[in-house]
Amino acid sequence: MSLAKRIIPCLDVDNGRVVKGVKFVDIRDAGDPVEVARRYDQEGADEITFLDITASSDNRETIVHVVERVAEEVFIPLTVGGGIRTVADVQRMLNAGADKVAINTAAVFNPEFVKEASERVGSQCIVVAIDAKKVSAEGEPNRWEIFTHGGRKETGLDAIEWAKKMADYGAGEILLTSMDRDGTKIGFDLELTRAIAEAVPVPVIASGGVGNLEHLAEGVLEGKADAVLAASIFHFAEYTVGEAKQKMAERGIEVRL
Amino acid sequence: MSLIAVVDYGMGNLRSVSKALEHVAMADQKVIVTSDPADIAAADHIVFPGQGAARDCMLELRQRRLIEPVLKAAREKPFFGICMGLQVLLAHSQENKGIECMGLYDGEVRFFGNAFAEQGINQKEAMLKIPHMGWNRVHQTQAHPLWQGIAQDSRFYFVHSYYVSPVDQGLAAGETEFGIKFVSAIARDNVFAAQFHPEKSAADGLQLLENFTRWNGSQN
Repeated sequence: MSLAKRIIPCLDVDNGRVVKGVKFVDIRDAGDPVEVARRYDQEGADEITFLDITASSDNRETIVHVVERVAEEVFIPLTVGGGIRTVADVQRMLNAGADKVAINTAAVFNPEFVKEASERVGSQCIVVAIDAKKVSAEGEPNRWEIFTHGGRKETGLDAIEWAKKMADYGAGEILLTSMDRDGTKIGFDLELTRAIAEAVPVPVIASGGVGNLEHLAEGVLEGKADAVLAASIFHFAEYTVGEAKQKMAERGIEVRL
Repeated sequence: MSLIAVVDYGMGNLRSVSKALEHVAMADQKVIVTSDPADIAAADHIVFPGQGAARDCMLELRQRRLIEPVLKAAREKPFFGICMGLQVLLAHSQENKGIECMGLYDGEVRFFGNAFAEQGINQKEAMLKIPHMGWNRVHQTQAHPLWQGIAQDSRFYFVHSYYVSPVDQGLAAGETEFGIKFVSAIARDNVFAAQFHPEKSAADGLQLLENFTRWNGSQN
């Protein structure tokens, strides 16, 4: 194999600014998205993901302008998620310069939307974001379910079945976030990651819980993820993307150096 | 003023391609995104991108009466195909239950899954996820002006489920491994075409595009 495992820094964007919340509270300002994206590109990021967490729909246009500005000077793949509900939303983001669009809640409420969007723009542009939480009790076989609204609303959907269905409906990639781990810095839910990665025929991006570089390596080696996504460890300059890649290379993982 | 025309046939967003070209173009070069055959005829360099399904690509090209103008350009001037813009240059694609393509080169566009099955590769066990997505190495199989300044086996960004299998293997300019070895770039006369996306491949991708904007279409 010579296909590299990818490291994807994620920027949570609120009203055009990069922020990072720990479990969606305590949101801290981490700068201008264009500057941050440029820095990640120079450090060797393989892709960049923007999650628009702007609450007010009045301010949704800001993320479009952010993507436009980034796409003018950063020549690596860009993914945008957050508030994508219609094929028109998908096309607006792609036209702004995004390469992929992440669909989350809208897929849960209307799975046909994923089918429609992937038929229109191609599976390669459609990422389905899955927020999963463990629902099995200690000692029971593992079971994870899909949650929406930042982990607050349960749906009763089994995470593995849901991931398979989404791949079947045309998702070109799965962005998997453990809601138990997101913001905790104690590492990915590796069992969840592996269960999904082995169940679907499309690439899986592991997300949620990265606190150090070893966690990233674990996501690939034990979680079998094709890519690993992290936000805060890169935002606050705890580690650079370059250091993350060195670490992964040391662990025998093929990366783009 | 010299003109670089990016051919727009409604398949995918061309903003990234045009922005990357603007980034590397010389001061006297202008980048335009166009579906007008007159622009294609007038341009000095042609970039032929594309994403999506083969059937839709061929349909759009036909409806916009772009097949002949694009083929003519591919016979005459510096021409760069990207992703689907490489695939549709071949005669036939396995996509959408079989699609006739432009036929500039003899050969077929094949599905990775079929190749794995034929070669007895267990896709699930080997964890070969389709689409082939991410940064993979391109082994340069011939010296070419467009490879100038790009190290052997550099990584470029790929996202595709089908690959080209030209009858004349001498067309290959680059090879990549993904379960199987496949042709990831071709070059012949004034044509260069890549399966990967140079506009998304950071410094090496920009170098390739820069080399193209300086290329006169000859081999030296």
